[in-house]
Amino acid sequence: MRKVKKAATPYLFLAPTIILMVVLLVIPICMIFQYSFLNNAIVEKNPEIVGFKNYSKILGDKAFWNAVRNTIFFVLVSVVAHMGLGMGFAMLLNSSYFARRTKTIARVIYVLPWMFTASVIAILWKLMLQPQGIIDYLLSFVHLATKDSEWLSDRSIALYTITFVNIWCGYPFYMISLLAGLQGISGDLYECSALDGADSLQQFLHITIPQLKPIIISISMLDFVWSIQSFAVIWMLTGGGPAKTTETLSIYIYKFAFNSSKYALASAASVIVLIICIIVAIFYVRQQKKARD
Amino acid sequence: MVGRHKRSTKVIVSILLVLGGVFAGFPVLWMFISSLKSNTEIFAWPPKFIDAGFSLNNYIAVLRDSEKIRFFINSYTISGLVVLFTLFIGIMAAYAFSRFDFPFKEIINTIIVSVQAIPPIVLLIPYMSLIVTLRIFNTYFALLLTYMVFTLPYCILMMTGYFNTISTTLDEAVLIDGGSRWRVCWRILVPISIPGIISVGMYTFMQAWNEYLFALILTKTNDMRTVPVGINLLMGQHTYDWGQMMAMSCLGSLPVLILFIFFQKYFIAGMSSGAIKG
Repeated sequence: MRKVKKAATPYLFLAPTIILMVVLLVIPICMIFQYSFLNNAIVEKNPEIVGFKNYSKILGDKAFWNAVRNTIFFVLVSVVAHMGLGMGFAMLLNSSYFARRTKTIARVIYVLPWMFTASVIAILWKLMLQPQGIIDYLLSFVHLATKDSEWLSDRSIALYTITFVNIWCGYPFYMISLLAGLQGISGDLYECSALDGADSLQQFLHITIPQLKPIIISISMLDFVWSIQSFAVIWMLTGGGPAKTTETLSIYIYKFAFNSSKYALASAASVIVLIICIIVAIFYVRQQKKARD
Repeated sequence: MVGRHKRSTKVIVSILLVLGGVFAGFPVLWMFISSLKSNTEIFAWPPKFIDAGFSLNNYIAVLRDSEKIRFFINSYTISGLVVLFTLFIGIMAAYAFSRFDFPFKEIINTIIVSVQAIPPIVLLIPYMSLIVTLRIFNTYFALLLTYMVFTLPYCILMMTGYFNTISTTLDEAVLIDGGSRWRVCWRILVPISIPGIISVGMYTFMQAWNEYLFALILTKTNDMRTVPVGINLLMGQHTYDWGQMMAMSCLGSLPVLILFIFFQKYFIAGMSSGAIKG
């Protein structure tokens, strides 16, 4: 009896977590797979099983491939720019040129964009990007914009605009992680290489980057998954428009499910996105394990 | 020669530091400035920076509107509850992961880590019917439960890491004296782990306070809406009263900013170890 009790103890501590995760994670994921094989899930009482028909419909949909293209652009540019900006800011904050106080203040300012909820980010940039808004005004000095530039409703630039906004609000996560990594690199490494005559660029390429590699891989994989999922800012800035030029996969799924109640098709598209994310996650978990060992 | 080289580097680096500050901070500053202007001043061309007639009228208008106050009450209530329950359940789970070896430990752990990879919108479709079946649609409870799916994993991973750094000798002493496991967890480990708990609690609060998608779909009436959804509703309703929207945005961002400024040391330490450990 005692032995049973002892073996059960960890599960008792885990019970609330397990119940929550089963009811709100495992079951919903099974449900979405189930929906994706049904005709008119949720809406109809007794939907029939249609096999892979929903999937072939999705894969044959031009709008789906349009969303895939937009998502790939959005995700790749975001991840690369986040990395570049995050690294640049982290190195500024780690440089020996500034007093500690300056760096503390700069860090608070640099982290700011990350503190805001999606609707605040959306509304703020919508205001700034208005025709005759502040961005037009500032860019008109360098002749990059006119008084009435349509940043969010011009088909050829809306995707760049939302990607830029996503870059603005996402880099601080990289910056903080990389800063912690930079502070963990021993100064001896740099001193030794300086004695060997290495310049700053060589030091960056041969010491900084290799030392930070585990962090770089982890955070870019996390960001990759987060950017694929990114919904709220795009939804509130453009709603996927104009003419679907900013429609990413999340927007595509959302419109199917909650605007036109085609839950079965939305589920099929969700499963596809889910599988992509899980593949990335598997690499992520492996990377974590490698870093731990 | 070396000195001059160093000085010119310092100038360049300083310029970059300021440019970075403008890039990150100007939009936020502009939001604040705009919240103090009237709608006509917001659209003045050329834009007015400091010569506008600043007033607190927009803030007064927001704070006098009981519907908007309700958004704030909802957000505080839900975020507070999410923090409490996430910490309570998460600390228990972290204790199990840190102090026991048991069958399926790896599998359960992997499932918890992988939550980060699941797009919220994927879960939202089944939640629609699940939440209605559980009869909690348009309640605090619906948001509390669904938010915890996303806040618990981070809490568990961080707290497990924290507990792992604490030696088990104290635990054993208490157990030998006849203390229960429950006591070890809450009376021994938790008090030592306060800095970690603060960092996790803050991050959880931010996640809950800033959530938009679930709050949009799983609540229906205006008296259940949270601040992020409320701000977006303003965009539709009062066709673009920008001054008020900015005032609302500033007020809505304040709790997170205050938390961050007070606890940034814990927060940054927590975040960065989280990124490294996952």
